[in-house]
Amino acid sequence: MAVGKEIRTKIASIKNTQKITRAMEKIAASRMRKTKDRMQATRPYSKKIARIIKHLAHANPEYKHSFLIKRDVKRVGIIVVSSDKGLCGGLNSNVFRKTLTHLLQWEKDGIDVDIATIGSKAAGFFSNLKANVVANSVKLGDSPHIQDIVGLIRIMLDSYNAGHIDELYVINNEFVNTMTQKPIIQQLLPVIACEIDTTLSGRHWDYIYEPDAKDILDHLLIRYVESIVYQGLVENNACEQAARMVAMKSASDNAGNLISELQLIYNKARQAAITQEISEIVAGAAAV
Amino acid sequence: MTMIVHVDIVSAEEEIYSGRAEMVFAPAEMGEVGITPRHAPLITKLKPGEVRVKIDNNETLHFYISGGLLEVQPHMVIILADTAIRSKDIDEAAALQAKARAEEALQDKSGKLDYAQAQAQLAQAVMQLKALDKLRKRGG
Repeated sequence: MAVGKEIRTKIASIKNTQKITRAMEKIAASRMRKTKDRMQATRPYSKKIARIIKHLAHANPEYKHSFLIKRDVKRVGIIVVSSDKGLCGGLNSNVFRKTLTHLLQWEKDGIDVDIATIGSKAAGFFSNLKANVVANSVKLGDSPHIQDIVGLIRIMLDSYNAGHIDELYVINNEFVNTMTQKPIIQQLLPVIACEIDTTLSGRHWDYIYEPDAKDILDHLLIRYVESIVYQGLVENNACEQAARMVAMKSASDNAGNLISELQLIYNKARQAAITQEISEIVAGAAAV
Repeated sequence: MTMIVHVDIVSAEEEIYSGRAEMVFAPAEMGEVGITPRHAPLITKLKPGEVRVKIDNNETLHFYISGGLLEVQPHMVIILADTAIRSKDIDEAAALQAKARAEEALQDKSGKLDYAQAQAQLAQAVMQLKALDKLRKRGG
């Protein structure tokens, strides 16, 4: 019977799509575990650096590194972290929306903005926006290395040192849990995590420095900024996988709903055709 | 009982080692240092080289690091390792690359713009279809 051939092919094609989205959901779930482990593995490093910096800044109050001094803000830099691939729900657009609200606020205050982007989605979005993109790092994959973003951070740090920008921020998704990812913005420069802590003032011991406390502080501050950006990147990766998993799950569910609706329509059409045929036969028999 | 010191070796990407040791050897910038328990607090930069963690008389672990920082407190040794060899030149080359990529992305508008436009049109079409569907349901 030729009834509903189109509907049947449609159902078949939706079933194929559903297979794909299911597979993507499973892949994202397994990748999420890995990226989450990676995210947790990066935490001790920056925590330990922050503690040492705090101590150093406290022990050497006369030496003020430029990364620790607040300046009047005329121009800011922002590092936007996004994913390389799509199909992950509202993950990237949430980050972009948050970035845009900050951009508007800065524009209102007469502050210029330099943008550095990580991930192809941010690169595409901000170059379409004709924003001032100064650096860009793409295709980092699931297991990015810190060398991949060193160049980008270096540009921002140089421009901070040259007095071109007065503050530096990083914006990325925070992994709250598998269902929730929230865009957060963190201030990198001047370093605020290392403001002098009054609770330390009672202690009088100090480290032996080799070769020199200032040298070490310079070295550490750069590493600190790098590790925070890297952490943001790795966290964003975990968010990407989680968001993709959820998006693909809902896509599979929607495909299921669509299939059952189409199946219903198909059955109705088939039934109607049979009824019609029978009534034609009956009418024909009655006429004889 | 022999005295022991807690050792953490971490890099920005992962935790490399965490555990106890009798003694730690590290390639400090001014020459190799050996840290025993109750060492005075010390911070020094590390050169690329080998870190040896002596757990007991029978077992010593070896790690290769590409530079970093060593922090010593009386009962704790922390090594903040770099993940790759870093120098001013390498960092600067990487910076230039990142910049070049940004400029490229700005110039290469054609491909991405078309794609973005197509996406917008697709979204519009879907919305129209949905509206039509609603109208049909209400009418029929």
